[in-house]
Amino acid sequence: MLQGQSFTGALQSRGVNRRRFIKFCSAMVATLALPPRYLAQVASALEKAKKPVLVWLQFQDCAGNSESMLRSSHPTVAEAVLDLLSWEYHELVMAGAGHQAEAALERVVREEKGKFIAVAEGAIPLADGGVYCTVGGKTALEIARHVCSNAAATIAAGACAWDGGLVRANPNPTGAVGIEEAVPQAKVINLGGCPQNPANTAAVLVHYLTFGELPAVDQYNRPLFAYGRIIHDQCERRAHYDAGRFTQEWGDEGHRKGWCLYKMGCKGPQATFNCPSVRWNDGTSWPVKAGHGCLGCASHRFWDTRSPFYDRLPNVPGFGVDVTAGQIGLGVTAAVAAGTVVHGIASAVRDRMRTRAAAIQPPPAKPKAKE
Amino acid sequence: MARIVVDPVTRIEGHLRIEAQVDGGAVSDAWSSGTMFRGIELILRGRDPREAWIWAQRICGVCTTVHALTSVRAVEDALGVEVPENARIIRNIIAGTQHVQDHVIHFYHLHALDWVDVTLALKADPGKTSQLAESISDWPKSSKNYFKAIQDRLKALVASKQLSLFSSGYWGHPAYHLPPEANLLAVAHYLEALEFQREFIRIHAVLGGKNPHLQTYLVGGMATAMDPNEPQATINPERITFLSELASKAQEFVDKVYIPDVLAVASFYPDWFSRGENLGNFLSYGCFPQGSIKDPTRLFLPRGIIMNRDLSKVHPFDPANVTEYVTHSWYNYSDGDQKAKHPFEGETNPKYTGPKPPFEHLETEQKYSWLKSPRYQDQPMEVGPLSRMLVAYASGHQEVKDLVNAALGKLNAQPAALFSTLGRIAARAIEAQLLARHVSKWVDELGENLGHGDLRVHNGEKWDPDTWPREAKGFGFHEAPRGALAHWVQIEDKKIKNYQAVVPTTWNAGPRDANGKRGAYETSLLKTPIADPERPLEVLRTIHSFDPCLACAVHVVDARGRRYRVLKAS
Repeated sequence: MLQGQSFTGALQSRGVNRRRFIKFCSAMVATLALPPRYLAQVASALEKAKKPVLVWLQFQDCAGNSESMLRSSHPTVAEAVLDLLSWEYHELVMAGAGHQAEAALERVVREEKGKFIAVAEGAIPLADGGVYCTVGGKTALEIARHVCSNAAATIAAGACAWDGGLVRANPNPTGAVGIEEAVPQAKVINLGGCPQNPANTAAVLVHYLTFGELPAVDQYNRPLFAYGRIIHDQCERRAHYDAGRFTQEWGDEGHRKGWCLYKMGCKGPQATFNCPSVRWNDGTSWPVKAGHGCLGCASHRFWDTRSPFYDRLPNVPGFGVDVTAGQIGLGVTAAVAAGTVVHGIASAVRDRMRTRAAAIQPPPAKPKAKE
Repeated sequence: MARIVVDPVTRIEGHLRIEAQVDGGAVSDAWSSGTMFRGIELILRGRDPREAWIWAQRICGVCTTVHALTSVRAVEDALGVEVPENARIIRNIIAGTQHVQDHVIHFYHLHALDWVDVTLALKADPGKTSQLAESISDWPKSSKNYFKAIQDRLKALVASKQLSLFSSGYWGHPAYHLPPEANLLAVAHYLEALEFQREFIRIHAVLGGKNPHLQTYLVGGMATAMDPNEPQATINPERITFLSELASKAQEFVDKVYIPDVLAVASFYPDWFSRGENLGNFLSYGCFPQGSIKDPTRLFLPRGIIMNRDLSKVHPFDPANVTEYVTHSWYNYSDGDQKAKHPFEGETNPKYTGPKPPFEHLETEQKYSWLKSPRYQDQPMEVGPLSRMLVAYASGHQEVKDLVNAALGKLNAQPAALFSTLGRIAARAIEAQLLARHVSKWVDELGENLGHGDLRVHNGEKWDPDTWPREAKGFGFHEAPRGALAHWVQIEDKKIKNYQAVVPTTWNAGPRDANGKRGAYETSLLKTPIADPERPLEVLRTIHSFDPCLACAVHVVDARGRRYRVLKAS
């Protein structure tokens, strides 16, 4: 086989046919909310792509984002790790350890400078000289600066890497922050959520491989395709909300019939994410479908702004401070508080915001990357 | 004489550093250090106890769900809430699924590469690999062409010179003993296990909304509404059928792939049945309640303690006898660091005194870890699947005895062989086999209740905080895949006053105590032969046999609620 084997070549060599490959590309196009005409472009870009190098860094983490990635179905983790990319550093699953592992990371930074993709998981502790997280005797901050500032792009996977997440929740004992704040010079795209949804991470990677740049983002540097819509607007229980049918107690008739969970503390009206549409674990389910309210886990600083998790909106500190845009939040939350139907207004405001948010991002995204 | 440092120890959860002294080709002393600290218990203070599980679950994303379960149990214990039978069964299904899933991932993706040289698979004869596969199992994916395709894929990977996750392994190390065909078989099953774990865990998606970090626990039960006639109910007949199918497939995978592979690999490494020996003290809290959680006699896997490898006696467990030392941990106790404290008196003031990063070596005579040192009646304990299987075996658990004896028979080994690196691996596989069967049974039980119209999933008596006493405290326990897990919670004025988790990897990986007694990791490494100090594969074998989870292991509570100085990075 040739060096720099192509993705489809690699797939074909193990008996994965073109039909399966196109199916994968279709799933990516759908997740990215691209029009179907981009299918051919995505497919042809992936066919040509030599395997780019990826390193996955773990800092103050629980490894939940790594585990989430292991559950990826389009592509499967084996395809992502062996065929689509060359995944050369990832403490959770890599063969090498100790000096050999450190050398693998160093080789990537040296030989692939400015070309490789970094994924970071977990927060970075800044307090007390960074002693709260060391790997190989070096602080998380030192490693993040060295690796992320030399990467073509860094994907902050999950709430902790984005904004410090749970580790940063009050009283933030270790002075934890997200990657963007720790390494301002790095080019970062944030995939909030606890954990990140691997469908979105895969879609960002495919977008990067296809178009040579990151997808359009909002003011938090989160990709619009995944964080541009309010959960409440996409929720399968929405019709019950509109009709005033609510679960009143856990296990009651309404709960058994799939009625709205707003009164049980659901934060769906105050959260943006594509959780209801891409779902989890091969599209099997998502928390609201399984019977529990949304935590707003893809919202900014959600641990402090969306808790107490069983308190009904608007009785949480983050009420009115929306996740993607103040205007959207005020429109929706005011309407929720009044108990009126707002999805039309919200959609209109949201669409305006999407245009504006995309327009203010440096560098501007290619128009085709938007919907 | 050489000082080995392995940092990062990879293929584990979290940040672990091992330093070992090697004299005359073997480990003469060892130090285990957790190098990351978050302070989750401190963050929990002042919050609503009903949501503690949501926070505590994030202690770990690999053993996701186990901290959520333990946390709701601690709060239920404090408030005196009994959960309905359906909630008990659903929790058992979720936890049993987690064990099977975690054990499979551990063997294939976190541990196998210590025994399998991927590069040797290139030299295998696919035809002979097929014969080998068919001689140990009737698993259908065993044809010559199947193994040829796997080998071709591996060849393509090597030819591309982009070896991905395999780029930095200890390939060619003299301690690898498998013939090429066994290596190829293992590589094939490494890939199959990746598919298996993704598919099987959909049980968690159905019952928990997603994995990792399930989202359907409630203090008092589960949020998974049941109804035989409602398509929107989380649990209805169609979903029961789906869960059953996934559970049956898991049973088949464990019986026909995981178990035969463990036995086959073990048969090539007989020395490792006498290496990695340990303290000889084994602790299990017991788990999978078959009735009220308050009745320790109704736990499917029994509770108890074995001391000094004596399988003729199982000692009772009392949570009052658990304490933690900080003598060699980066914390201070207000009345000195020489005395251990019970978790209800738990106090942790982080105080890093180690070398300033970047550093080459830890100061192992002083404090050297973010892990504390838990002790039971002042003795170090090993926890994990081996402890559970030994306690069950010694307690006369017939199903466990049969499975253990069958495995030992195939390996032509005695029960004493279990006190070893390979013993831990075998016990984990046997437990997966046992629990895969029982997940199926528990799904059937749930289906029967659904059919009988027993739909209760939540006991709401104590949902309203106005019904709570002003002060309460509780103990919640579970046997996580990696061992004995407990949370202690104190509630005051409807808020969490104090929270403490003592977790499996802290038991196993903690540093020395005030008496200089080593914990499980440090003890198990002693006398391990090291062929090449630059590539300490043998250290990884024994450490990985415990399935380390360091994110779990490091925790903090500060009884005085002091906030720590936060410096801005320059």
